Amino acid sequence: MGILQSYHMRLRRKRLLFRALRKDRELRPVTNRTELVRPGDVLLFSTQRNELLRLPFFLKYYRDMGVNHFFIVDNDSTDGATAYLEAQPDVSLWSTQASYKRSRFGVDWLNGLQRRYGDGHWCLVADPDEFFVYPFCDSRPIRALTDWLDTCGIRSFGAMLLDMYPKGGINDEPYRAGQDPLEIAHWFDAGNYSITRNHQYGNLWIQGGPRARTFFADKPKSAPALNKIPLVKWSRHYAYVSSTHNLLPRGLNQVYEISGGEKASGLMLHMKFLNTLGEKANEELARGQHYGDGREYAAYAEGARHNPDLWCKWSERYINWRQLEILGLMSKGNWA
Amino acid sequence: MTVGIVMLVHTAFDRAEQVARYWAAGGCPVVVHVDSNVSVKVYQAFQQALSDVPGLKFSRRHRCEWGSWGLVAASQDAAGLMLRQYPQVSHVYLSSGSCLPLRPVKELQDYLADRPETDFIESATTADVPWTVGGLDQERFTLRFPFSWRRQRKLFDAYVALQRRLRVKRRIPKGLVPHMGSQWWCLTRRTLEAILTDPDRSVHDRYFKRVWIPDESYFQTLVRHVSHTIESRSLTLSKFDFQGKPHTFYDDHLQLLRRSDCFVARKIWPHADRLYETFLTHPNQLQDRNEPNPGKIDRIFAKAVHRRTRGRPGLIMQSRLPKQDWNGAVTAAPYSVLQGFDDLFVDFKSWLETATNARVHGRLFAPDRARFAGAENTFNGALSDNATLRDYNPRAFLTNLIWNTRGEPQCFQHGPGDTPQILEVMAYDSNARISVISGAWAVPLFQSGTGFIDIRDTAAHLQKLETKQLSLLRSQWVRAHVRIWTMADFIEAPMDMLKQIVDDVGRRPGQRLTEAPQMVDLKGFSAFLQRLKNEGMHPHLMGDFSVNQMPQGTNPSSLRPYLVKR
Repeated sequence: MGILQSYHMRLRRKRLLFRALRKDRELRPVTNRTELVRPGDVLLFSTQRNELLRLPFFLKYYRDMGVNHFFIVDNDSTDGATAYLEAQPDVSLWSTQASYKRSRFGVDWLNGLQRRYGDGHWCLVADPDEFFVYPFCDSRPIRALTDWLDTCGIRSFGAMLLDMYPKGGINDEPYRAGQDPLEIAHWFDAGNYSITRNHQYGNLWIQGGPRARTFFADKPKSAPALNKIPLVKWSRHYAYVSSTHNLLPRGLNQVYEISGGEKASGLMLHMKFLNTLGEKANEELARGQHYGDGREYAAYAEGARHNPDLWCKWSERYINWRQLEILGLMSKGNWA
Repeated sequence: MTVGIVMLVHTAFDRAEQVARYWAAGGCPVVVHVDSNVSVKVYQAFQQALSDVPGLKFSRRHRCEWGSWGLVAASQDAAGLMLRQYPQVSHVYLSSGSCLPLRPVKELQDYLADRPETDFIESATTADVPWTVGGLDQERFTLRFPFSWRRQRKLFDAYVALQRRLRVKRRIPKGLVPHMGSQWWCLTRRTLEAILTDPDRSVHDRYFKRVWIPDESYFQTLVRHVSHTIESRSLTLSKFDFQGKPHTFYDDHLQLLRRSDCFVARKIWPHADRLYETFLTHPNQLQDRNEPNPGKIDRIFAKAVHRRTRGRPGLIMQSRLPKQDWNGAVTAAPYSVLQGFDDLFVDFKSWLETATNARVHGRLFAPDRARFAGAENTFNGALSDNATLRDYNPRAFLTNLIWNTRGEPQCFQHGPGDTPQILEVMAYDSNARISVISGAWAVPLFQSGTGFIDIRDTAAHLQKLETKQLSLLRSQWVRAHVRIWTMADFIEAPMDMLKQIVDDVGRRPGQRLTEAPQMVDLKGFSAFLQRLKNEGMHPHLMGDFSVNQMPQGTNPSSLRPYLVKR
């Protein structure tokens, strides 16, 4: 990497941080319980809008995993999610009516919060429909993982988005509050992912899965990116660039091995494809606040009307993380 | 007669306290060393917490940084204190704050009482072991290391480079032969006293202060000088990863640790409540005084190292993207690519399916869609047959297909008009076995009976494409196993060639190759070629078909069942 390019990246990072600082003013603190945070705590950052239905299980899942504190930005919810989150003892809540799109889909808001509160902590960024899975997650809390990463001097941990879907139409079985979405959507695509390198930032660009197979088969270039780096030992000099797909400085994107071995990695089980999708898609389409002018949501809204079935004969049924590791979707690396 | 425990502690003080109490309760004197990096407040609280334990002392504090002399100085002082204060101690066991005893104290005491003269310390000469990480083995003893590897890496590296350049070599004190090994030892009083009261100790100490990672070589070297009976192994179970860092044990290792029959294990994750709870209240009692057997659990740690350094060949995923695999393979398993066979033979796929144990696909890279076996729309791993999706990243399509079907050999047809980029990927893949009957693409044209002008253009186009393919397959960089026949050569003795293909793909067990596939009727084919020539399009890839010669394939006799003798 040339000096000029390094400098360019540095400027870009500074600009992102400055932008986060500016967007920070859009956030109004609702409850600030950050004095509860202790050194060494694992923190979770999330943006949400009208996810009251999903929040109970979301919080339970990550509490059980050992996340110590939640930092949530509520983007103008109207379904009572704000009040619900306010009442949670381990949640610090900010709210905003500002444009989701103009905060670059929440990235600026979270960059700002992470800069203020995440420094020196392991920070996980997850949407309410994303469920982090890592090696040994059924027997070791997340602190075991972050302690091990610390011992190895690793600063960031990759977890690809794995789209989960039900068998049958996605509207067939409604999701109830507090329910484990895996009870409904426990199928996934095991081996149809396309991986290339993004040379600008050094991260991988992964596409594929059921969304590419059904909604984007004829325009694969526009299929959503699945690569994610959601767990980072944060420093206030870091910044996410586009969603959690990549960040700066670029060294943090090196979550893969290029000389043959496997680095440890996890997955984000993506529970988007429930009966809630159609409503969500219509709402988001009307607001026009999503990536690529909501092209993706247009496809879903159209698809959801026909109650699509993403399941195919070769869909794999979820069992546990070991199955995902055997299938080669994630890896234990040298963690034993 | 008992064993004294030296504990080097720098973190997780609640766990260290628990373990210290356990040793003391078992009748072992304990000497604790606390890293002087630890704040006075924390140190005093720790001292206070342990003040009620009889037979426990704190030794003089040193700064213990990884790879530095401090660790040795701490061990020396603590061991010296132990020997002076507790005359009943016959062995001293060096452990850390993250060590956990697995078997009852009594069993360790008995074990050592049975071996009163034995020093347990891993100690090997540098030339004989491949342990060292970072490329410094013999040089640890002949260069100087005044800089910290952790904090001053650049200075460290630069100074090493400078010394190499200047060919600086330290003299190793007379009588010493450098040995290395695990820093966790258990030595007899006699040996320790000999080391600590050696008249040359100041010479030794001065020398080892500038050796790199002296805690892995100080006692390991000196013990060779003074001991009579060395068992070169550590009584502490400890596994190392590919960077030389110790693996951590968690709650889910409980059964594994039990099976090891070792006395002490490290490192234990401080939050592994179940391990501490289990082993400190119900230690692993073994009736028959088993020898420690760490080898029993080696496999899973060896596998972890292999996974991190080599990985699973042919797997391309979010945390593994090799430029090329170490054996020159791009994919996970061998597969066969056949070009021209389905043109030349009627229903070739079902013939091959019967003859071999492979999954036989049609043209996976056909322009309209991926022709999976059984005409399915999706295949293993939910691979789609959509051509646009496939051609968006054909390399990924191929590697996915082979990875998804590992365990079942794959075989597919190919043609000159198929996705152009993919042949290059396969040509450089040592797993690919590519067989081509050149010019066979002319057969469907010959049979089609469409307008001759169209045929002529198509033939010219296909010939151009295949010529390009063949020159790629003949380049010197090719890693694939390649066979190319002209069509004329092939139909001279098709069964011999087919036999090679079938052997390649894998013959179905118990299946004898008795029946030849039916070749299409080539009557008039040479005339067809001649006509192309007359039109100015010279087909050359199929070899020589003279106008009057009847290609052998059309000879009725060769259509009969054909017996190949093995």
